Amino acid sequence: MTIGAVVREVHEEVPQADVLVVNDGSIDATAEVARAAGALVLDLPVNLGVGGAMRAGYKYAFRRGYQRTVQLDADGQHDPASVERLLGAMRERGADIVIGARFAGVGEYSVRGPRRWSMKILAKVLSRVTGTRLTDTTSGFKVCGRAAIRLFSADYPAEYLGDTVESLVIATRAGLKVDQVGVAMRPRAGGSPSHSPMKAAVFLLRAVFALAIALSRPKAPLPAELTA
Amino acid sequence: MTGYALAVTLCLLVVALLFALLRRRRIREKYAALWVILAIAVGLLGAFPRLAFWLSDVVGVQAPVNLLFATAFVVLLAVCIQISSEVSSLEEQTRTLAEEIALLRLEVRQSTELAGPAEQTPSTDAASADSTTTDGPSA
Repeated sequence: MTIGAVVREVHEEVPQADVLVVNDGSIDATAEVARAAGALVLDLPVNLGVGGAMRAGYKYAFRRGYQRTVQLDADGQHDPASVERLLGAMRERGADIVIGARFAGVGEYSVRGPRRWSMKILAKVLSRVTGTRLTDTTSGFKVCGRAAIRLFSADYPAEYLGDTVESLVIATRAGLKVDQVGVAMRPRAGGSPSHSPMKAAVFLLRAVFALAIALSRPKAPLPAELTA
Repeated sequence: MTGYALAVTLCLLVVALLFALLRRRRIREKYAALWVILAIAVGLLGAFPRLAFWLSDVVGVQAPVNLLFATAFVVLLAVCIQISSEVSSLEEQTRTLAEEIALLRLEVRQSTELAGPAEQTPSTDAASADSTTTDGPSA
């Protein structure tokens, strides 16, 4: 799905939301197409990676006083129709962050073999850390409340798996409540993730390394709320 | 303390130091990775000296200590190259950011001019033609 189509779909399904597209240094027509579809665009002058682009987005949300944000992939994998359910769960359960998760009994996302096991192990560990049952810790589909927006506007890791795994650790250590809702994800445009055991092992190793370091980090305070 | 025990202790200290730096975000994972691998490798050799002898036999080096020095040299070289590459990338980024800021300043100036002379705040920039002198910041 092109970015234009994704933006239009979000406008249809979640009309009360403002859409921000963060362009991470692409020199193609992404920014223009997004603008034409009615989104605001943060056009980063240099490539910062996922973590950098996310933090820029959260900074915008923080400074403009948004109370809730939804993070959505630009490839159409995340269905905007699920947003209302995520927001509902946030209200009902009093969570600060709600993840739209695969492998939670909704949808048929199929990953088999070593990759699936690595993700399962990761989910188990993070469930212990966050104190909530999580099944999908590498999902980029999540809604955040004001406290999480404040946190992520200052502290969003830019390294591998930082945007998913490490951000959950940071949130938990800041005292935020994480929860999840099962969603059906649509197939990725770029094909399925690789199934090689070697790559899965490397993935798990790096994830564990990132997790260990994240867990051992000293606590940092939430940035102050805006006064104006 | 024997040489080997010293080597292992130093490696443990290095790993601890790296962990402390990683913890406080003073160093990024990609830089720490090589050092951690090196520290573990040297630590292993210190703990099991026979490994060094066996390895140098396999590789065809006369004395294990030579192999150790050679390997350490290659690793340090790799780290220098990694850092040089990252610095080059940073210079390119800085350049781009400087361009964007200059362009934004011009845009802001132009849009305040369009808004009318009554709305302009006095400019604090010294008006200067495109100059290549290096006598410091102008504003």
